[in-house]
Amino acid sequence: MRESVIEIRGLYKSFGDNDVLQGVDLDLYKGENLVVLGKSGSGKSVLIKILVRLLTQDEGSVKILGKDTANLTLRELNKLRLKIGFAFQAAALYDSMTVRENLEFPLTRNIKGLTRKEINYKVEHLLDSVGLPNTINQMPAELSGGQKKRIGVARTLILNPEIMLYDEPTAGLDPTTCIDINNLINQVREEYKTSSIVITHDLTCAKQTGDRMAVLIEGQFQATGSFEEVFEEATDPRVKSFYDYNFIKQ
Amino acid sequence: MEDKKPVISKKIDNFFRGLSDAYAFVKRFFVEVWFPPYEFKEILRQCYEIGYRSLPLISLTGFIIGIVFTNQSRPSLAEFGATSWLPALISIAVVRALGPLVTALIAAGKVGSSIGAEIGSMKVTEQIDAMEVSAINPFKYLVITRTLATTFMIPVLVMYTDFVALLGSFINVNQNEMVSLSTFFVQVFESISFLDIFSSVIKSLVFGFTIGIVGCYKGYRSNQGTEGVGKAANASVVMSMFLIFIEELLALQVVNAIRNA
Repeated sequence: MRESVIEIRGLYKSFGDNDVLQGVDLDLYKGENLVVLGKSGSGKSVLIKILVRLLTQDEGSVKILGKDTANLTLRELNKLRLKIGFAFQAAALYDSMTVRENLEFPLTRNIKGLTRKEINYKVEHLLDSVGLPNTINQMPAELSGGQKKRIGVARTLILNPEIMLYDEPTAGLDPTTCIDINNLINQVREEYKTSSIVITHDLTCAKQTGDRMAVLIEGQFQATGSFEEVFEEATDPRVKSFYDYNFIKQ
Repeated sequence: MEDKKPVISKKIDNFFRGLSDAYAFVKRFFVEVWFPPYEFKEILRQCYEIGYRSLPLISLTGFIIGIVFTNQSRPSLAEFGATSWLPALISIAVVRALGPLVTALIAAGKVGSSIGAEIGSMKVTEQIDAMEVSAINPFKYLVITRTLATTFMIPVLVMYTDFVALLGSFINVNQNEMVSLSTFFVQVFESISFLDIFSSVIKSLVFGFTIGIVGCYKGYRSNQGTEGVGKAANASVVMSMFLIFIEELLALQVVNAIRNA
């Protein structure tokens, strides 16, 4: 039996009259890349924000690495957050800091006693890993969209997370850069042995990065399984229409 | 009428919700300010941004206030042959009211709006969320540092404005009444008391705190994308100025009561 690193049970979340999540159940297994698909506004980002408690659920439970997030104190939650890397849709790099400072910021504030040499090694190694060693002294405003996303991923990796959450990693990028980002997601899993949830509505990204798909429609997962099981053998018209509208069939 | 009732009730509801939220924000500041990490480096960087970078504007404004206020007061005093009282009049006006008030209003415009816009932009671009998920307390790093920096720097800027305004006044008095620098400043210090300086410093601390916390609050609570950032910057200035005037009135009552006791 596969080991779950994230267990979501009966998750509900509403904003006013808008019921975004309506009883979501989901498991993320150790070492897998799970892709959560859905239309814009379907609640995909809300789901992963609940996982790191940027939002709180109305009902239901979330267990990460065996811990129920709702019962954690702030100190315990922060300890858990260090094991989760969150790559934001627009990268969320700190505008007033250089790339080096962006990477050093979470490291120096969470791990005490590191020497300058150790910090430099980690920062430089990660920038090499994401293929951007020359951007170290640049400001975020000087980077392209794809570079920002890579640096955003590097910043989350600096704390060696066990779980990675990617929020729309290919949104707003050209097709070539999308493929680079998809490769980076796979590379991160190989190098850092992470388990990941990739939130996207880009089926190319889903096919290239996901071991398993979960399609979120009307607040619930309507289909889960491999890409072929979910889309190519889809019987649910909503899932089928999602595929037809989004994927260029060969 | 029936249609209006829920709208009014919603507005009242929102007002009290806002008030309660603002109270919780200020309370959080006073709870968290005592506990580590203290972020001294960021506090110093903010002091530099808020203090040093405001100097050109503050210098110009203070200097012009000194010259203009002296020039405008001269005809009234001249009618009674009392132009020799100009240094005393100007010093009392500048130290007690004009210096703190003008500096605070300028800082509310320059510093308050910049804090509101910066934090607002960090909020809408998820930089604050990025800090939270990295187990960094954004309230400590952003709000406490900026609020402490404004609280410490506004009194320094007020002292500096007082000095520059008096210097401007001296130049005007020197040209018209041929009063020397030492005579001018002897008259200035004879007419102001310890209470004047003390109350000016305390008032400036409160003004500084107000500018910092309002800017941070409006930025921290901003939403609706770039439009929200603009609104946060604007609301920071309006709310800070409004509170500064209220605080000035209250301070006036308190200081007058102490003076008359």
